[in-house]
Amino acid sequence: MSSTPVHTAALALGDDALVLSHRLGEWAGHAPVLEEEVALANIALDLLGQARVLLSLVGDEDELAYLREEREFRNLQLVEQPNGDFAHTMARQLYFSGYQGMLYETLAAGDGPFSALAAKAVKEVAYHRDHAEHWVARLGDGTAQSHERMQAACEALWRFTGEMFQPVEGLDVEWEALESAWLEYVTGVLKQATLTVPEGPRKGAWSAGAGRQGLHTEPFGRMLAEMQHLRRSHPGASW
Amino acid sequence: MTAPQPDASPASSSAGCAEPELQRHFDATIAKDQRIEPRDWMPEGYRKTLIRQIAQHAHSEIIGMQPEGEWITKAPSLRRKAILFAKVQDEAGHGLYLYSAAETLGADRAELTDRLIEGRQKYSSIFNYPTPSFADVGVIGWFVDGAAICNQVPLCRSSYGPYARAMVRICKEESFHQRQGYELLMTMMRGTDAQRAMVQDAVDRWWWPSLMMFGPPDDESPNSARSMAWKIKRHSNDELRQRFVDMTVPQAERLGVTLPDPDLRWNEERGRHDFGTPDWSELQRVISGDGPCNAERMERRRTAHEEGTWVREAASAHAARQAARAQEGASA
Repeated sequence: MSSTPVHTAALALGDDALVLSHRLGEWAGHAPVLEEEVALANIALDLLGQARVLLSLVGDEDELAYLREEREFRNLQLVEQPNGDFAHTMARQLYFSGYQGMLYETLAAGDGPFSALAAKAVKEVAYHRDHAEHWVARLGDGTAQSHERMQAACEALWRFTGEMFQPVEGLDVEWEALESAWLEYVTGVLKQATLTVPEGPRKGAWSAGAGRQGLHTEPFGRMLAEMQHLRRSHPGASW
Repeated sequence: MTAPQPDASPASSSAGCAEPELQRHFDATIAKDQRIEPRDWMPEGYRKTLIRQIAQHAHSEIIGMQPEGEWITKAPSLRRKAILFAKVQDEAGHGLYLYSAAETLGADRAELTDRLIEGRQKYSSIFNYPTPSFADVGVIGWFVDGAAICNQVPLCRSSYGPYARAMVRICKEESFHQRQGYELLMTMMRGTDAQRAMVQDAVDRWWWPSLMMFGPPDDESPNSARSMAWKIKRHSNDELRQRFVDMTVPQAERLGVTLPDPDLRWNEERGRHDFGTPDWSELQRVISGDGPCNAERMERRRTAHEEGTWVREAASAHAARQAARAQEGASA
């Protein structure tokens, strides 16, 4: 695998989109309402489209998606987290789309290699972010049970959010400024939803930047096994 | 569902007119091949038949997401994965159009969903067959969407306006899915021996169940005659089945697969294909709940619905609170 800064960055962003898209695909046929079947598939399809463009900058999209080992993936640990209940999925969506939206806005404003791609993705991510904000508000400010579940989901995923602001080689971004903007954004959404901003650590020594270095959580291997199985069973076949 | 009461139905605007006159007007509209619209008077039997047919059609779209949705997480290329996402998304959208069409008849979507989950309304028999191989995804596109198109294109001229209009939109998307399914099979047939074997195996497993999608033979189809008289349906089950066979045989030849029917041959005199008889007892078993995947399909639908209850309750509670706040704001 090539290792120019552009490739490193494309792989990191592409893997984020690929892995989150896959997780959203696991919701197909399980969503709480029919409208969410459409919405989750729509978001997943946007992310998959982004992943395909980004991975193609590095090499063959299918070889990269289907033939790399776990240690070679560069996605954030946040996006590989299992779906959990609908609240967990929405907390993950809020955290990630908030981050991705701000990051892509920055990239779109620059004249780097990702500016055109980011400009297109910004429009998609604005929709993803809106969708997550609305659901976090409905669940946080819904019933006692949904409030409790939404709060628990926000807490559970909080520790994976520090990793998003580890500098990525090849991306010209002021990471600290991005992080404070993100914290301010998430704080606003959670307060509006009558939720408490989690207080746990966001930058544990072990998880800081781990996904970007190819260190993943245990559920990720099982996810890849399902994703790659057919492709690996028929080497040389085209589909 | 609260069965549409005559006084609560959209026809109440015409209350006061004598029923025979309304009936004459309805019959004349059908005879002239014009459309019945939600506000028009219609016989209760027509309304009930349509609610049943449209709801079951909607349920089929929803249950039909499962056999293919199964392959979203296992699709062997990113392009195929994107196609599957889009297709399953379309099916959910078709379900939404169709539930809306049923609601114009006074039905309630939540109630129709309950009927599905409680097994009081059916869905297409075909979705009770499993998808153990990726070739099944292609064959479902080719056969199942192909059969659906044969069924649905005539429904674009169905006498009930909202149903006919939903069908126009759905048919466009279905024919796209059918071509994509066929293209997947073409790609696989040009691939390895293992891939070709997967395609033939899938064809062998799906052929007869696909022929059964058109329903029982005409002489055993009790609702057909009335539905045809009302122009809800435009062709008989057997006629549609014949069209599907005639359309599919040359496609199978082009693909290089055989169809598992020793009696299948061109009949010069009729200008159509002769073919064997599906195992109607199997169709009866599947429709009555005893097919290979009936239990799993229903269980999955039920579980998704039950596990989503707290989410739907939260959305309602939140909407009510927002509405109350807006009202407070307005009166303050």
